[in-house]
Parts: sequence; structure tokens; C-alpha cells
Amino acid sequence: MAVEAPAPGASAQPALDPVILRVENVYKHFPVGGIATEVVRAVDGVSLEVRRGETLGLVGESGCGKSTLARLITQLQPATAGQVIFNGEDLTRVSGGRMRRIRRQMQMIFQDPFASLDPRMTVGEIVGEPIDNFGIARGRARQQRIQELLRLVGLNPNFTNRYPHEFSGGQRQRIGIARALAPNPTFIVCDEAVSALDVSIQAQIINLLQDLQREFNLTYLFIAHDLAVVRHLSDRVAVMYLGKVVEVADRNDIYAAPQHPYTRALLSSIPVPDPEVEAGREPILLQGEIPSPVNPPSGCRFHTRCPIAQVPGVCSETEPELEPHGHASQIAACHFAGREIA
Amino acid sequence: MAGKILRIEDLKTQFFTSRGVVRAVDGVSLHVDEGETVAVVGESGCGKTMTALSILRLVPDPGRIVGGHIWFRDRDVTTMDAEQVREFRGNDVAMIFQDPMTSLNPVTKVGTQIEEAMTAHERFSPRDALERVIPLLQRVRIPAAERRRQDYPHQFSGGMRQRAMIAMGLANEPQLIIADEPTTALDVTVQAQIVTLLKQLNSELGTAIMLITHNMALVASICTRVIVMYAGRVVEEGPVRQIFKSPQHPYTWSLLRSVPRVDEVRRSRLVSITGMPPDLVRMPPGCKFHPRCAFRVDRCSDDEPALDEVGPNQVARCWVLMRNVPQEAARELEAVTISRDVVEELKATAPDLEDVADGS
Repeated sequence: MAVEAPAPGASAQPALDPVILRVENVYKHFPVGGIATEVVRAVDGVSLEVRRGETLGLVGESGCGKSTLARLITQLQPATAGQVIFNGEDLTRVSGGRMRRIRRQMQMIFQDPFASLDPRMTVGEIVGEPIDNFGIARGRARQQRIQELLRLVGLNPNFTNRYPHEFSGGQRQRIGIARALAPNPTFIVCDEAVSALDVSIQAQIINLLQDLQREFNLTYLFIAHDLAVVRHLSDRVAVMYLGKVVEVADRNDIYAAPQHPYTRALLSSIPVPDPEVEAGREPILLQGEIPSPVNPPSGCRFHTRCPIAQVPGVCSETEPELEPHGHASQIAACHFAGREIA
Repeated sequence: MAGKILRIEDLKTQFFTSRGVVRAVDGVSLHVDEGETVAVVGESGCGKTMTALSILRLVPDPGRIVGGHIWFRDRDVTTMDAEQVREFRGNDVAMIFQDPMTSLNPVTKVGTQIEEAMTAHERFSPRDALERVIPLLQRVRIPAAERRRQDYPHQFSGGMRQRAMIAMGLANEPQLIIADEPTTALDVTVQAQIVTLLKQLNSELGTAIMLITHNMALVASICTRVIVMYAGRVVEEGPVRQIFKSPQHPYTWSLLRSVPRVDEVRRSRLVSITGMPPDLVRMPPGCKFHPRCAFRVDRCSDDEPALDEVGPNQVARCWVLMRNVPQEAARELEAVTISRDVVEELKATAPDLEDVADGS
């Protein structure tokens, strides 16, 4: 990929590719039942870029494919087609051994702190496992690193012999974060990492994630259904609908001037903790619910619920491409991008 | 001012466990006016759901209402016999739960379940009940109601199931609907549909709504009055606009500042409340919030404050009150929370990335 020439006076180190992760036209189709004539098109041709040091927010409603995409990026599941290029390497083609080494730089934090930690392992073992797997430290240094990681995420470093069930939900999420940080990664995929937590605990974890990002120059792919949290944490936001990315833009542009009618509807649906604003907010109510990803609608997948679709017409016949609309670097897949919804 | 349909006085609901007595609801007093929309907010374990279940006498084992009164108009729910409670649940109050799938019978058609809700309480004859099903489903905006009433719950989507639950709740024209996190399990666009529906039912039918939630934005959207609970008690109560503008209890204040807003350009930090809610078996002395409170004074740790008037129709249980907290003190809560020396230590000992990536 194009590497920017180092600025005059820059250090001798080679300039890093500003794009750390490039997802190119990735598909994931799951066969339905025993007869593989029908497939669930969970991810259906997604391309995305994540830049070094940024947080890319990925939002969408259940079934839009955002969690499947996370699993394709981290190679927890093989993609049906497409490329996942991380630091210039196509992860869909690397060997298992190479992938294990790459995982050191690419970690994941999951939604459910109750299900994602092995209940029979102590906290020390949970956080120590990646340290052992990647051969990062042994003996005293290992123990020290575990305790420092626990302190870093706000846990008592003397709790290494305790089991996950002895901790609250928020503390368990901290354990998950300490484990993810253990191999000193550069890129972390957070899949609904704060969704299961109570609001006061959620704020603790959000602040922690921000502090860690700043201190360790982390890059985040932050997947969530809560658009307020995503806006708070992200530099750029990508919106998915039914297996496709429908819009990508900088954090403020997507909220100030959404170009895709789905993004508009999604944003207008979210209540704000302010009664004065709420008194005047008129949500754009979409008809019905998300169609089945087994038989997605023809043309634009959103046309069946879209308040401005031309049906029958271009929207039900031709699938729109992601193209520049609105602000610089904002892209949307809509034949009528930017049009006001009456 | 409309009359009070529900009045709770010093309610105590406790669970008798091997660990000891869990004081889930610990002296709650509140009321609901006719046709009003009131929110009960708080985090998990604050007692909001147990208060709701107590109203319906649905407290699960090993829990019991051990004190206080729940007046529905002039009848005390706590002293009703089983038959009276059944009548009360069917006719006067309806409850909508978070997960509609667990509340619907999976092997009975949706329409039949709504009919049963009506005939069970003998308000309607089977013939009348049958006739009322379609208008009820239409009222909650289920499309093609004539056909969809023949469906089983699994054929309904999450949003439709919640609508069906609401239709069932409305079947006997209750005066009060208790909605416990009615939209939490639903997607954003579907949430907006259900919220709009609840508001319409309140304004069209005059049904009072008691919304149990942790979501402050939802409170701002639906309710006119809010009751904030913490550790089994009411810590603040008042008109929604006033509480959101000028919360006096530090817990309410923090709760409002701990959530990001979708309409707001990023604040640098969220206010986070340190620690966790108290163990309801071994509660701290004094104000139950004091171990987590950034603004506590000496008195807070041994003397529990009463719910006192702090403004027009606003009460709070606090010795300090936010209007007495200097702004700088409040802002300090947004400071960085991770320890610098740990960060430096970890950076110093961090292995070189490429070494390990290629060497092992």
C-alpha cells in the first residue's frame, strides 16, 4: 500500500502504513439446516479500513452482521470470500502458526464477561495464559506482569488466585481487558464490550478503554448497538444493515449530516437524557423489522423499510454502491443519499 | 391534581437466604397519580424490579413482603387473599416484562392467549373476548391483525411479541401498566416504535404508566416524574425536567453524567461512580451511597439522611446536596483513572513486538 514519505526531520524509522486493517469485499455465508441450498448472508460484501491509533465504531441492529464481521477479522471464523489485510498481510491466507503469532497484536474483548472467562481458571491463569502462549515472560517477571496488568485495569493485584465467579460483571470485564492487553497488542476488537454492564460501571470501563488507548497507542474496532456510546468513543463510525456497510463517516459528520436514510432513522430513534430535547424529538419510525438475511430484498436491502425509497424503481432494482456523499471522506450506499425525510 | 391510584408506604421486601437477609426493598414510599407516567430508575439490585413485583404480589421465593402497605385506591394489596390478588392483577394493573418470549405461552396462539386474559377474569364473555382481540392487536399496531392473531409467539418478531404482551396487558382496561425495562431487549428502531406506542396509550386511554428502567434517556422521553432508587430505597424524587436540570443527590447527578449523549459532541470523560453497589445483606451504616460518593462528609458514614424537600415537589436523601458542591470538585471526577506508574512500568517491560511475533 502507499506509504507516506517520512516528513523531513522525522526519525529514521520507516513510516508506518496509516491503515492497520483493511477488510476487502468480505463475505460470510452460513448454510441453513442440512441442505445447503439456502444460506444466511450474514456478511455480504463488506469493505472497511481501520487507521492506526483510531477507534472505528461499527454499529447496527441485531442480525446486521457486525459480530460475524468481528469474528472474520480476528479469524475466529473463516470468511467465505474476501481479504482481511492486517499490517499488509492477508490473514485469510496465512498459516495457522503465523496467525497465532499475529494474534499477539490483535486481541478481542467480548460482550459477556460471564461467558468469556473460563470459570475453572484463576484470574492469574486467565491473564497469564496469553503471556505463556506468546512466550512473553517466565517466572517472577511473568507474575509481576500479571499483577501490573491487574493494577492497570483497576483490580487488586493480590487477587490472582481468585476465580471469575468471585467478581462482579464490571470486574470480570476488567479481567477480560487485562487478558487482552497481556501480549501488548496494537489492535483490539471490542465486541459489545460494555453492553452488558450497568451504567455507572459502563462509564468506568469506557473511561478505562480511552485511557488505555491513549497510553498504549491502541487501535480499536468498537462494535456496539448503542450509538451514544459509539459516538463518544469513536473517531469514525461505520453503519451496517443486513450484512452490508451502508455508511461510513467521521464521528461528528455522521451525526450532524447522516446521508443514508437508515442512519438518519437510527439516530432519530435514540432518546436523549434531556427532557427538553425529548419534548421536541420526532423519531423517524421505520416500518416493520429487519428482513431475513436468507432472502435479502432485491436492489437496496433497505428499500422495504425506507421512507424515501422509489419502489418499484431504482431502489428495488439496483443495489447502490458506497460512494462519496456529504462531507469529505463520508461514504454512503444510497440512490438518494442526503435527501431529507419528510 | 389527579387522585392517587397507587400509594406505597414504607414497603419492605426481604429475601431469606443462607447468606442472611437480603433487604431488596428497604422502606420505600411512593405514589402514582391517575393517568401519570412515572419512572423508577436505578441500577441492577437497587430494588426497582422488586418494588414492582411486590405491587403485584409476585415476589419470588425465598422473598417476602415483611412490612408496609401498598394501597391501590382504597384496598391494601399486602392483605389481599389469593383470589383478590388474582382479580387485582387481571383487572386493575398489568405488567409488561423485559423479555416477552418468556412471558408468552409458546404452544398457544397469540390471539387465544389474549382472549384467555379476558375470560379468565370474567370481565368479558368468550364471545366478547373473541371480538375484542382484533381491535386490541390493531391498537398496538400489529399489521394484518386478523391473520396474525392465529400465529404462535415464535412466529412473531421481538418487537411484535412485546406489542402482543402490551395488547394482553390492555385487554382488561387496567388503570396502571407497570413496564419493567420494556424496550431493553429490543433493537433501537423497534424501541422507538414501542416507546411511541406507550406514549400513545397513555395519552389516548389515560392509562397510568410506571416505567422501571436504568435508561435515563427513556425516562426523559416518556415520563413526567422520576423516582431514583439506590440500595432498596428512594434517594431522590421529583418532576423529570427539574431532576434532569438540577439533580440534588450525588447518585442521580452521577447517573445523569455517566451516560454519553448521542446529540452531543464528545465530552472528554464520562463521570464514573467508583466501586459497586452495596451488598444488600451487609449494608454500610449511614447513607448507603457514601462509600461510592465523591462528595461525602463525615456525617454521611454514620447517620442516614431522610428524604427531605429540596425544591418544589423535589425530595432527596442527602446531607450534602449537589447545589452545595463547588463546580471544580464535580469536574475533578472526570480525571484520568489509571495509574501512571503502572503504565510506565508495563511499557518499560513490554517485549518488543517483532521479536516475539517472528521469534517464537
